[in-house]
Amino acid sequence: MGAPFANQRAEVLTVSKDLSMRIFKPRTRAAGLVVAALFCAFGAWAFAAGAGVEAKRAADRRAEGLAAWGQVYTVLTHPRCINCHTATNYPQQGDERRRHFANVVRGPDGHGVPGLNCVSCHQRSNADSTGVPGGPDWHLAPLSMRWQDEDDRPLPSATVCRQVTDPKRNGRMSAQALLKHHEEAELVLWAWEPGRRLDGTARATPPLTHTEFAAATRRWVEAGTPCPAP
Amino acid sequence: MAKYQLNVNGVTREVSVDPSTPLLWVLREDLKMTGTKFGCGISACGACTVHVAGVATRSCVLPVELLGERPVVTVEAMANDPVGRAVQDAWVEHDVVQCGYCQSGQIMSAVALLKQTPKPTDANIDESLGGNVCRCATYVRIREAVKLAAQKLK
Repeated sequence: MGAPFANQRAEVLTVSKDLSMRIFKPRTRAAGLVVAALFCAFGAWAFAAGAGVEAKRAADRRAEGLAAWGQVYTVLTHPRCINCHTATNYPQQGDERRRHFANVVRGPDGHGVPGLNCVSCHQRSNADSTGVPGGPDWHLAPLSMRWQDEDDRPLPSATVCRQVTDPKRNGRMSAQALLKHHEEAELVLWAWEPGRRLDGTARATPPLTHTEFAAATRRWVEAGTPCPAP
Repeated sequence: MAKYQLNVNGVTREVSVDPSTPLLWVLREDLKMTGTKFGCGISACGACTVHVAGVATRSCVLPVELLGERPVVTVEAMANDPVGRAVQDAWVEHDVVQCGYCQSGQIMSAVALLKQTPKPTDANIDESLGGNVCRCATYVRIREAVKLAAQKLK
């Protein structure tokens, strides 16, 4: 009894399916195609829009980083910093960045030579009564970190930027190490406490405060240390 | 005024001076050690050179307050120092001195050089003593005397 009923039911279903397919198939297919097309279009739009947003974000981040680097560069090329980042065999002194007097020379490791070391005059702190600036381990930066050309002209921003971000030239410092250097290195900090000249007048300090300098360096580092185009 | 205990040529000396007084004047005025000379007063000529913790140092720009516990050696102690003795002998042998005013500074720089560079080249000598000015221009004889001292110290 059960099997004929089952067959009958299957037949009815088959007929019903065939009928429904005959009636609805073209419409369903068209609708499906429309839905699929809409879905693809939306996906493409969403993807493109997302990529556009991401690209804009990256461009903004780079622009912010470059602006921050521009601030950092104004400090690096200030006489308090660049006077000891020379390309020559001698340091400079003064706001006019003249050659250091007394025939002072760089020496093999940037600390001068026996008989005429940097610390022959520069103590661990400023000697305001005799007008001699001082800080811990007073010395010249290595030639790989020169920020001037051999005619004592500051190198362009792009060149200095590539130099300070190149581990082969910057003493193998990562971006985070550079930030720490700018935030904490004692000779860096000296630039904002440069002491007084023999006549009692204060030496000029860089164009940013140290807090502003460290903050600019942090923004530059967080933006991925972008460098201007050469 | 403040009191300072200085180790000068191995002897502890106490002085009472203004903290800003340059070491040069403490040596010359308070300790009456006049071998160290005043030349320019701005570390440009080298006549005031002494050794501070073994480093040739311009005593005219070193305020005594920044000396700390570092020992000071002056030209008065050179006769008892093997390198100092060799340099002084070479100076006599080459008859280096003319007026002589700058020579204590020259000798202190030469000794500092030879202690770190036992076989100096002409360039080493010129660079290391380049900050010691000699108005009599005895530079050629100074260079030869440094080389002679280096030979004798082998």
